[in-house]
Amino acid sequence: MHAIELLKQSIIDGDEEKASLYVNEALAAKIDPQRIVNEALIDGMNVVGERFRVHEIFLPEVLLAAKAMYAALAKIKPLFIKEKMPTRGKVVIGSVQGDLHDIGKNLVAIMLEGAGYEIIDLGTDVLPERFVDEAVKQNAQVIGMSALLTTTMPVMGKVMEILKERGLLGKIKVIIGGAPVNDDFCKEIGADAYCYDAANAVETVKRLLNERV
Amino acid sequence: MKDLRERVHSGNILVADGAMGTMLMARGYGSEKVPEMVNLECPEILEEIARMYIKAGADIVQTNTFGASPLKLEKSNLSHKMKEINAVAVQAARTAAGAQVYVCASVGPTGRVLKPYGDAEPEAVKDSYVKQLEVLVESGVDAVCIETMTDLSEAILALEAAKKVAKEIPIIVTMTFEYTSKGFYTVMGASIERSANELESRGADIIGSNCGNGIEKMVMIAREFRKYTKLPIIVQPNAGLPQIKNGKILYPETPEFFSRYIPILRDIGVSIIGGCCGTTPDHIAIIRNMLNANGVQQNH
Repeated sequence: MHAIELLKQSIIDGDEEKASLYVNEALAAKIDPQRIVNEALIDGMNVVGERFRVHEIFLPEVLLAAKAMYAALAKIKPLFIKEKMPTRGKVVIGSVQGDLHDIGKNLVAIMLEGAGYEIIDLGTDVLPERFVDEAVKQNAQVIGMSALLTTTMPVMGKVMEILKERGLLGKIKVIIGGAPVNDDFCKEIGADAYCYDAANAVETVKRLLNERV
Repeated sequence: MKDLRERVHSGNILVADGAMGTMLMARGYGSEKVPEMVNLECPEILEEIARMYIKAGADIVQTNTFGASPLKLEKSNLSHKMKEINAVAVQAARTAAGAQVYVCASVGPTGRVLKPYGDAEPEAVKDSYVKQLEVLVESGVDAVCIETMTDLSEAILALEAAKKVAKEIPIIVTMTFEYTSKGFYTVMGASIERSANELESRGADIIGSNCGNGIEKMVMIAREFRKYTKLPIIVQPNAGLPQIKNGKILYPETPEFFSRYIPILRDIGVSIIGGCCGTTPDHIAIIRNMLNANGVQQNH
């Protein structure tokens, strides 16, 4: 109990060393790994996401929290090898073709992973076909696309066309984000949702997959 | 040509050029290629765009080298072409600018996150800027503009690199701010006050903001910079935030809309006014006209 609280706090504080220490303590105390993930890692990242949303903290603090979260997750993951890491869903994510910006996309990936989703990160400059091919191959429920440039955002529309051609519209949910993207653009290309920040992306994926926020 | 610093210190308000990226897009350098590819494939386009801005009344044109640092080019596997990309861009701008208009070297973020938040070593980032700036300065630029910075630490590394390489020429640094419920901050958490203090104390010649905001917010940003710095101020607003209409990207702020705010920027004491994403030669022309109408004459 105590170890979980301490671990959660060390993630909120972005303290990687303490996170490693307390995750070991929690595991030594035979606390269920799934509970550690839910109550320390996910809850901790939720606090961080909310503080980022209201500009109480900025990107550097989120990145440090993510580092601490990954350090703890790395110690827990081996315990899940046999029964496979339980996830709430799979999300294929990437920055669209022509766009090499990845800070926003990485942040969304971090927050989603922190919320218990499995992330297949395709990186930057991702071809439209690849989003769809990977989502099908990996049996993902959601495609997440990011664009920082007005010049690259039309690629998102191409992905929607491919989904339509292959009869996958609605079967694979699509979320989009990035500085030039907005609700109107989302409606125009027929994506499922525009997410204005990383915390909103997590809420949106939960909603799209019919979970409770 | 007079040093840019002398010009602004003697009270001149200079006009910088407008957008490069959105202009390239209109010429087919859209989503499939990084904007620096045009330097290798079709440098005439760069010259043409510079000429359009000069004709509209720009005193300063920027090189198409925003993403041309070795670290940034690595991502598109173009780092081996770094020297050529930077040198060609300066040549193209200079051909259009002649001896009357300033050629300013654009230097953008590396796209890497510095330690301890990310994995980039400060020395590697600084070294990347030194390498790019060596080519730019050797090719003969009149000023350096380190722009669209959100991490103050990275901006300072670029500034240090510029001071090392470009000892004689003025160095401009601009940051990109977001309007939050607590005021203006970069996404990395730098306020205008801290940016102004740090950049001034570390020897920047001209500071301010570009991108991220339309002209109304840019007026607010300029006012705040004025509170915290004695240095000349530069602003390069977007033509608003992009909207999509019938599949086309549209920047909502017209040249006429821009023109209303030019006298306010002048009264705040801004020294250089230009444009970022979505601005066109028409925006630059109206800035020029407004300044001329208000008794600020162009020197060339």
